[in-house]
Amino acid sequence: MSVRRLDPNQPESFEFTPENLEWAKGQIAKYPDGRQASAIIPLLWQAQKQAGGWLPEPAIRYVADMLGMAYIRAMEVATFYTMFNLTPVGEHFVQVCGTTPCWLRGADDIKDACKKHIGPEKTLSADGKMSWMEVECLGACVNAPMVQINDDYYEDLDGAKMEEIIKALRDGKDVTPGPQSSRKTSEPIGGLTSLTEVPGAGGK
Amino acid sequence: MPKLTVDGIEVEVEQGATVLQACEDAGAEIPRFCYHERLSIAGNCRMCLVEMERSPKPVASCAMPAADGMVIRTNTEYVKRAREGVMEFLLINHPLDCPICDQGGECDLQDQAMAYGVDTSRFDENKRAVEDKEMGPLVKTIMTRCIHCTRCVRFVTEVAGVPEIGAIGRGEDMEITTYLEKALTSELQGNVIDLCPVGALTSKPYAFTARPWELRKTETIDVMDAVGSNIRVDARGSEVMRVMPRNNDDVNEEWISDKTRFIWDGLRTQRLDRPYVRENDKLRPASWQEAFAKIAEKVKASAPEKMAAIAGDLACAESMKALKDLMGALGSANMDCRQDGAKIGGKGRAAYLFNSGIAGIEEADALLIVGSNPRLEAPVLNARIRKRWLEGGFPVGLIGEDADLTYDKEYLGAGAQTLKEIADGTHPFARILQVAEKPMLILGQGALARPDGDAVLETCIGIIRAAGGVSADWNGFNVLHTAAARVGGLDLGFLPGEGGKDTHAILDGASAGEIDFVYLLGADEIDTARLGNAFVVYQGTHGDRGAHRADVILPGAAYTEKSAHWVNTEGRVQLGERAAFPPGDAREDWAILRALSEVLDQKLPYDNLAQLRAALCGDAPSFEMRDVQPQAGDLPEGGAREMTDAPFHAAVRDFYFTNPIARASKVMAECAALQSAQGEGATGTNG
Repeated sequence: MSVRRLDPNQPESFEFTPENLEWAKGQIAKYPDGRQASAIIPLLWQAQKQAGGWLPEPAIRYVADMLGMAYIRAMEVATFYTMFNLTPVGEHFVQVCGTTPCWLRGADDIKDACKKHIGPEKTLSADGKMSWMEVECLGACVNAPMVQINDDYYEDLDGAKMEEIIKALRDGKDVTPGPQSSRKTSEPIGGLTSLTEVPGAGGK
Repeated sequence: MPKLTVDGIEVEVEQGATVLQACEDAGAEIPRFCYHERLSIAGNCRMCLVEMERSPKPVASCAMPAADGMVIRTNTEYVKRAREGVMEFLLINHPLDCPICDQGGECDLQDQAMAYGVDTSRFDENKRAVEDKEMGPLVKTIMTRCIHCTRCVRFVTEVAGVPEIGAIGRGEDMEITTYLEKALTSELQGNVIDLCPVGALTSKPYAFTARPWELRKTETIDVMDAVGSNIRVDARGSEVMRVMPRNNDDVNEEWISDKTRFIWDGLRTQRLDRPYVRENDKLRPASWQEAFAKIAEKVKASAPEKMAAIAGDLACAESMKALKDLMGALGSANMDCRQDGAKIGGKGRAAYLFNSGIAGIEEADALLIVGSNPRLEAPVLNARIRKRWLEGGFPVGLIGEDADLTYDKEYLGAGAQTLKEIADGTHPFARILQVAEKPMLILGQGALARPDGDAVLETCIGIIRAAGGVSADWNGFNVLHTAAARVGGLDLGFLPGEGGKDTHAILDGASAGEIDFVYLLGADEIDTARLGNAFVVYQGTHGDRGAHRADVILPGAAYTEKSAHWVNTEGRVQLGERAAFPPGDAREDWAILRALSEVLDQKLPYDNLAQLRAALCGDAPSFEMRDVQPQAGDLPEGGAREMTDAPFHAAVRDFYFTNPIARASKVMAECAALQSAQGEGATGTNG
């Protein structure tokens, strides 16, 4: 990890859409009086979604005002959690897992594919559509190596498959999330090795 | 109450005390960086590790509640090694720049590294480097030195009540900063410099000017407001280099306001260092003899009822006593220590003191503030109100100018109308005061310095009496003064005598030509244009408003340059000591008046400070007891009186410019400029 700073180019202002505002009020109402600040993470998350995957500075102030917090308190939360992106990300935001299991299974090849077809880490691609960054374990080690693109996991990857996914996304084609191998979810790669009987057939 | 054993000594501590406090009770010294007894517990520096029986690991004593039967060891090899480990980690990312660090010589990290540090480093990676942060004109930052104790974050959030500092990022990348590096806006921000255990936050005006071991330290009293904060003035040669707080739980705890702390550059500039005499409408330097002769000539030409004296806000009791005696000897009753024309005095001591006491604020359970903004008039006292408010169950009402006081308050109204409603019980807040066991009322100078100030005073006494706020063990009536000299002046009776004129009458008289000789003892907060054609003697320290108008200037000593008494708003008599000598030909104020009296053939009956002080005690017995909050005696009856509907104005608008020393200070000017710039910015879009 390295020091994360706010983006030098910031929008003038930020405001929730009416739907998001309604949703935010619902979140705030979950907490007892005087504890509204507890809703900071869901609200910042929603703000990030609305702003296109990153959290502009006016949004931090907007959420702080909404929750009656000092700006610096909201800033502390936004800079503490790496899931809040402080600089703009691409429409397709690729998070490459680089932690040990994925790394052992070839995460470096995936990073190379990203570098080659998207560009340097944490920068927008030339067409502005994509960006990527390395993250810590995303908890799908059994299907390593894997990446997360926006809200979906793409698993059982290698360099070539990653390349295909990038190209397909760039061309606006659909890509099926999940394992990019023959297996279903995290079943053994060569077919089932246990629990092969139909449940209850033994009569026990 | 839990009983535990520390290094074989059995101690019993209060319920809720920590192991660290128990260790201190047992006489064991525990090193610490993040723990501070006046702040919340963070437990993040780990320096206070101790060994606890039946615990698999050393425990952080500051965050561990003391429990019955604990066996703690603080001086074993195990503890030493644990702390050495912590110290090694702290030093990994701390630069080795002590020779160029302003904290050097008074640095907690430096001191504790002597006990727990090792002589070499095993760390050969790159050290962390952090960009310095902008925090305004007072606090200088060298953030690479920061060890993330978060004392500054907790102080501004908890004590100052202005949550502006925070820790952004995480882990190794954590950085202490303000939101987008905006300047701090607290009047107490200088305290983070003292709190910072390393050299990350240091004093910007003091940067690179002196080392702690070359300074002569004098324990004295602050005069920037009427709180009478206990301070230590550090001087080198004849120059005051800095001002630091001293601990006094009854007055300022260990905080001081920024005006108190950063005023010292004002003590060097604009100083009057020799007498001046006006000739052909121009002031020219003169000798003391010339100046005195000129005064004697004018006094002879005048008549007792045509002479007057006004004492300023920083005057010490000794000088006021000497001037009062001199005016008395000359036969004049025209004198006043209330430059702002506040309608106080003459009703007994209790009617002009902060009777509950500053520490007493913590006992109160409801507060009504009338015509005052304590945040600007007495920032340290305001921090005490905030401390009480944080405990909960403390409704605060405000009548006067609305302002952010750093705690929640109910804004009741702008002026006398609301006060009347509370007095006759129709206002809901009257009920709040009624049900409170120890209600408190703080009456500011803004509500007193107006023609109907007398009526406001009596109405307020009536309100607090009706609420049951005056009993044998509680007096909830409090006057918050803004001038350090005021209570002393009232105590010794520097007030119009029989048939004498007060400040307004003196100024009116001077404009009308009825007064032809005015003696200003450091009085600058008056409208000097109204002095008309009177002959004006200005005795003071700075070339401010009074000196500009003066016909004769007598250079006096500033508060750091004389041994003298001041009385704070509680009526607490405190002695200030001399930290440096007055510049040039300037002299101690009482001595100037004593010398002048001889030229005027009215020799004052004291030849040294001891005799003067004995005479002072004769005038006002309250001066006999120093450093105690006095029993003020009975409060007048009071009750609702007729008042005009004009709103109460705040007594202090420009916090950084309230007296001649502050007006001469470049640092104060910077703060004021920043404040007005921020005030304008707040109306814009940048929030």
